[in-house]
Amino acid sequence: MTEMAQTTAAATRTAETVAARLGRRYAAERRFRALGLASILMSVAFLAILLGTIVQKGWTGFMQTQIALEVSFDPQVIDPDGGRDPLTLDTADYADLVRNAMAARLAPDADRNARRDLSSMVSTMAADQLRRMVTGNPALIGTKATVWLLASDKLDMVSKGQAPRQPGAVGNVLNDRQLAWLGALEEAGQTRKTFNTTFFTAGDSRAPEQAGIWGAVVGSFFSLAITLLVSFPLGVATAVYLEEFAPTNRWTDLIEVNINNLAAVPSVVFGLLGLAVFLNVFHLPRSSPVAGGLVLALICLPTIIIAGRAALKAVPPSIRQAAAGLGASPLQIVSHHVLPLAMPGMLTGTILGMARALGETAPLLMIGMVAFIVDIPKSPLDPSAVLPVQIYLWAGSSERAFVEKTSAAIMVLLLFLVSMNMVAIILRKKFERRW
Amino acid sequence: MQTLTLAVVLLLLSTLAFQLGRKRAFAVSERQSMPLHSLPGYYGSWVALWCGLPAFAILALWLMFEPSLVRELVVADLPAAMRDLPADRVDVLVNEVRNAAMGHATADADLAVAAEHYNHLRHIGFAVIAAITVTIALAGAAFAWRRIQPELRARPRVEASVNVFLVASSTVAIFTTIGIVLSLLFEAMRFFNMVGFMDFLFGLNWSPQMSTRSDQVGSSGAFGMIPLLTGTMLISLISMVVALPLGLFSAIYMSEYAQPRVRAVAKPALEILAGIPTVVFGFFAVITVAPVIRSVGEVFGLSVAAESALAAGFVMGITLIPLISSLSDDVITAVPQSLREGAFGLGATRSETIRQVVLPAALPGIVGGVLLAVSRAIGETMIVVMAAGLSAKLTFNPLEAVTTVTVQIVTLLVGDTEFDSPKTLAAFALGLMLFAITLGLNVVALHIVQKYREKYD
Repeated sequence: MTEMAQTTAAATRTAETVAARLGRRYAAERRFRALGLASILMSVAFLAILLGTIVQKGWTGFMQTQIALEVSFDPQVIDPDGGRDPLTLDTADYADLVRNAMAARLAPDADRNARRDLSSMVSTMAADQLRRMVTGNPALIGTKATVWLLASDKLDMVSKGQAPRQPGAVGNVLNDRQLAWLGALEEAGQTRKTFNTTFFTAGDSRAPEQAGIWGAVVGSFFSLAITLLVSFPLGVATAVYLEEFAPTNRWTDLIEVNINNLAAVPSVVFGLLGLAVFLNVFHLPRSSPVAGGLVLALICLPTIIIAGRAALKAVPPSIRQAAAGLGASPLQIVSHHVLPLAMPGMLTGTILGMARALGETAPLLMIGMVAFIVDIPKSPLDPSAVLPVQIYLWAGSSERAFVEKTSAAIMVLLLFLVSMNMVAIILRKKFERRW
Repeated sequence: MQTLTLAVVLLLLSTLAFQLGRKRAFAVSERQSMPLHSLPGYYGSWVALWCGLPAFAILALWLMFEPSLVRELVVADLPAAMRDLPADRVDVLVNEVRNAAMGHATADADLAVAAEHYNHLRHIGFAVIAAITVTIALAGAAFAWRRIQPELRARPRVEASVNVFLVASSTVAIFTTIGIVLSLLFEAMRFFNMVGFMDFLFGLNWSPQMSTRSDQVGSSGAFGMIPLLTGTMLISLISMVVALPLGLFSAIYMSEYAQPRVRAVAKPALEILAGIPTVVFGFFAVITVAPVIRSVGEVFGLSVAAESALAAGFVMGITLIPLISSLSDDVITAVPQSLREGAFGLGATRSETIRQVVLPAALPGIVGGVLLAVSRAIGETMIVVMAAGLSAKLTFNPLEAVTTVTVQIVTLLVGDTEFDSPKTLAAFALGLMLFAITLGLNVVALHIVQKYREKYD
């Protein structure tokens, strides 16, 4: 009896310790699981914060502030001798018209200082706006018209709430007088915010309100076109050779190891190669999309080759055997049967490689694509910027108004990347075949 | 532009040659009432190859040598006083001539004449090369066209040239590597002729600013890479402290615990994170992370540098999470299910199974992935260029500003480059070190993965 009681007691004790330990073990289990969930949530949160910051800082970049002014096209300023000579009309002092109009509206008896303050509220592009109006229609001279003129970056920032409005606040970009004038204009409904077309049509500029991304978009387009033209045929040919024809020997082993290593070489090293070979040996034009596109092609090549080989591997051998059985030559087997089946996979890999190339910045800095370029490039040989480099340049600019331009440009870049990835995903979904 | 037109013309000629060859094959076969050896298209391709290949080869050669040829001729025609200037002055003159030839105004009458001469030469040169290539294209096509016979083995011949193209393409990767190694080695050797190899490798001072006058203070410039290496290591270390736990735990949760719904959200999110260009992260580090770290530091009474290693390393860590997570995910899913079931059968909880069975089995793969991530961190450029400092300080304090190898490469090469000053060449020496380090890490990573992989099947 006592023995039984003892065993029961021992069993109860064991059960108790096991239960207690089990509690601890389950707690550890829950902790472990929570850690995993927390790290995923943190990673997603980082992504959300990043995108949130960019959108929050950048969406105003797609808007610009304009001021309505009654401009009198004074013949004394534009064309004193009344000859209506095109050259005179083109070189007249339109900035003076803008200053006069500002003074007439806000401070009729302004002294030199006040006039300078007035004119710094309007963009220097306003004068160009008037010039275009007058040269397009000389009949305007001598009349008065209300024109919406582009505001300066400082007024733009205050109007968008990115700089303080209270006179005397820390970080003011406009002085007290200018803030009062702005208030007067806003009260009279003479300011408005419109869609910022300049941002999508202009090249780079030192003045934030006149800066645009079109030059960089064109430069990126030229670079990527060259990258695609060079790396796609080379990549597909290499993949086909290595996967379908190459004998297994030391030479092909070497090529394979080499390609895998190239994929892991830091991109800045490719930039050094571009500088030393494409610029110094082949004398390609500095900071041109040709040089940039070639460097990017070398960077993309391993990605395209690796993706291409995977796509070729996925085509079942029975296809090849069937074609061979019908008397096709090895090249015919590949070009008529295997390659068309592998093409969607290869294209997916290529698009992903292109997306990477579109965001690549460091190697392009090496070949001089950081120059300040206003003109829109007309050919791949012209100096140009590319989108990520434009972002880098604006991010390093001391003008605070460039922060929203940088964020807006990032939004455009991300939009391009997302659409490229979407195309890749659709391609994969639509054409992927499981054998 | 002209060259492009010429290339298009040659391409059109080749297309025409293809059609003619194909027609001729049919005609010949009918006339001699003999079946063709190959499909008719191959005869067309064969004629097209004869038409296009030699012409394009000559065009390529011309494009390579034209600039130097024209340059020589222009220089030879310059007034003697200009011609006898030192070589670099002549280079400047030639550039001015080129600009003038493009249509920019020039003040110098001699240069204007030379520019006209330059344009004239280029026009003649283009006319000559256009005539030569078109003639050769036509001659090649005619030659091949006349030789079309039913028994001509057109397919093997065309396939042989395609084969040559395939083999040549696959060597481009090799040539890229050779090009990288040679260009880095060549410029680095020139650098080591000016600065001692040991001084570079073990020097504790880095201040590459060379003054233009020799009598200025601090004109010598110091090229010791140790501060750069410690800076690189510090930032990489910080990034791994962020990325390793987050990436590994994300992978574990996704492969072992997550419901399909969580996976469907988290996996694309990580892929998006991986696809965002690093220049965006650099901007994020400057505009958001660095100020936050600064103000947090102020709360604790710490002075944080504006471009602290912590901010750069932290953001770099975020960029590495997807890499570590996807590589670990792969190796964790590759561990056979039977191991897990064995552990469950012995009464282990899920976390015990993961910690004591799955992770040890997946360890080599994880270590390999981590080494790849470290190599990526060392070679990462844009984040550190934007968010880390420029001053090479020998410190391990994450709150101070440090600089890295890649930052220095970029700063040395952006702007004016002079390939005879150690300042520019130093970038190539740093590039060589970077290449060697990352290559070494990759080789070790692959070796570990292959050697210590547990084989279960």
